[in-house]
Amino acid sequence: MISVNAQKLFRIRGGVHPQENKHATAGCRIVDAPIAQRLYIPLQQHIGAPAEPIVRRGMKVLKGDLLANSQGVVSAPVHAPTSGTIHSIGKYPAPHPSGLPVLTITLEPDGEDKWMALPPENSDPLSLEPEAIAGQVAAAGIVGMGGATFPSAVKLNLRKRYRLHTLVINAAECEPYLTCDDQLMREQPDGIIEGIRLIMRALQVTKAIVAIEANKPEACSSMTKAAAAFDEITVMTVPVRYPMGSEKHLVQALTGKETPARALTADLGIVVHNVATANAVHNAVRYGKPLISRVVTVSGGAVNRPGNIHTLIGTPVADLIGLCGGFSEEPARIIGGGPMMGQPLPETRVPIVKGSGGILALTAQEVARKQAMPCIRCGSCVNACPCGLLPLEMASRARIGDFDAAVDFGLMDCISCGSCSYVCPSHIPLVQYFSHAKGALTEQQRRQHKQEEIRRLVEARTERMEALKKAKREAMEKRKKEIAAKKAAEKAAELEKRSQAGA
Amino acid sequence: MITAIAILTILGITLGILLGAAASYLAVDANPLEQEIEQMLPGSQCGQCGFPGCSRAATALASGEADVTLCPPGGRNLAMDLATKLGVDADLSAMKDKAPMIARIHDELCIGCTKCFKRCPTDAIVGSSKQIHAVISDACTGCEKCFDICPTECIEMLPIPVTLQNWYWPKPAMAA
Repeated sequence: MISVNAQKLFRIRGGVHPQENKHATAGCRIVDAPIAQRLYIPLQQHIGAPAEPIVRRGMKVLKGDLLANSQGVVSAPVHAPTSGTIHSIGKYPAPHPSGLPVLTITLEPDGEDKWMALPPENSDPLSLEPEAIAGQVAAAGIVGMGGATFPSAVKLNLRKRYRLHTLVINAAECEPYLTCDDQLMREQPDGIIEGIRLIMRALQVTKAIVAIEANKPEACSSMTKAAAAFDEITVMTVPVRYPMGSEKHLVQALTGKETPARALTADLGIVVHNVATANAVHNAVRYGKPLISRVVTVSGGAVNRPGNIHTLIGTPVADLIGLCGGFSEEPARIIGGGPMMGQPLPETRVPIVKGSGGILALTAQEVARKQAMPCIRCGSCVNACPCGLLPLEMASRARIGDFDAAVDFGLMDCISCGSCSYVCPSHIPLVQYFSHAKGALTEQQRRQHKQEEIRRLVEARTERMEALKKAKREAMEKRKKEIAAKKAAEKAAELEKRSQAGA
Repeated sequence: MITAIAILTILGITLGILLGAAASYLAVDANPLEQEIEQMLPGSQCGQCGFPGCSRAATALASGEADVTLCPPGGRNLAMDLATKLGVDADLSAMKDKAPMIARIHDELCIGCTKCFKRCPTDAIVGSSKQIHAVISDACTGCEKCFDICPTECIEMLPIPVTLQNWYWPKPAMAA
């Protein structure tokens, strides 16, 4: 292996070493999935406002055609993953633990997989202006592909507000089971490197660090080889420790600088992008191809032939599992994402979206769900917490519904990494308490906001009603006056008549 | 003539001074607590509490005549806030554990009579004469004023629908 670590690394606090289980799919070449019978493309696959559909039922679309436009600054457009007919636009279950329906475009592929009129290949994309790169990334609908799904173009424009100096490419892939980024780096390092250089140009930074966990030596050597021609890109191995892939912790491990609470890594002059995102940026800027497919790891003890699959966005999870030989036994739980931070999926007909890095079908043994017992205040969670919080205290407050107290203990700094739940000897679902508390707090804020807005509406209405009343009153008075004036005039006329008659 | 003018002038001045003194002496202080409570209430004057408006409800709350659980649109959160404010124990068990509701107009039954939107305290209903009306759910407080007035009973009160935007993890079932 080539020695890659020239720089010193720094320790991060806490963390855990879950069983990696990457062996099932490590080294599995990426296979292309066949086009599914129907593709289900949710309009919200990103953080922010849902996209607004611009197609109608029955319309024919080509591969890469825009299906829905982004709405507002923090949003992302959605494109057709293949050519075909729009079957419907309606509600379909979301790949989300609630299983709630979300507005989804259903596409019936025609099997031809015909591209739209693509622009000619840009042989020198690096000569583009930073704004042009960010614009193309926005138009391609690229979002953070590590799972956070934050629109990437917004992050590319950060240079306007922060003084940036370094780009960190997050290739830690610290979640157990997942190997999609690993495999992508092994197979397409050149595309990724060009993506990195494009992002560097968009951000106007002079340095990039690709951080790879030490358990991926092949990816590391492949990336080092590809990056050899570029002095400004360094490939670094970071120790294997969950959650190394959390952007704030990764930055700390690389630079020794801790991101302040509720601040961004951009405050330190550093922007973090996922490695698969870099590849998508390369595809978008060089070839003009929008983000319509991604690599997904399908793994877990209940899957017959685990593997890494390059699939179109919108392919149902069930199709990918079928492609991997189906279930060897009834899975105890199906998870979208990794086992630590991933979310359980309610059913397998939900589609793959831009942020799905993994589909795991775990057996009962792997899930190892045990009855929660009372907290014994052992402090294991405190040692494991990478953010230096007191999970046991936060959970006890969240349990009795005292969310404000939980916030005082640092609830808003929790990154929901799951390290505390992982080590808890009492099997307390700590993270669920935190997710519940965070959700309840957001709900409270929403209600508060609604209350304020409604107060405003009521005031506006009262004002309007007053104005109406006043206008009415004035009109009435005016009319009265007019009538009085008329009467007076009539009287005067009569008097005059009489006096004339008298005369 | 002069006597009459003098008497009337003196009478006027004396009464004026008396009235002025009475106004400052017998002034009714607006209770600051009432004002604060009124600020906390939704302010939609819906009358579901049985008082003619939020300010009267605030008066009743401040004097302890009304229970903190009186306000249905405010829900449990408001009841708890009010209890903290007034330093009393809120008996939330008495409060109907009703989810916040919003109105929905069934458009096939709506005759466009405009009765409901004239009554809506928050302008949450849009429409005009002989046109189908619709509810802007973000602005609806669930005060049921429209529900009561609709001549065709086409308004239904529904709990706020759960979507991906407002769903969150439930509390873990087993107490830890």
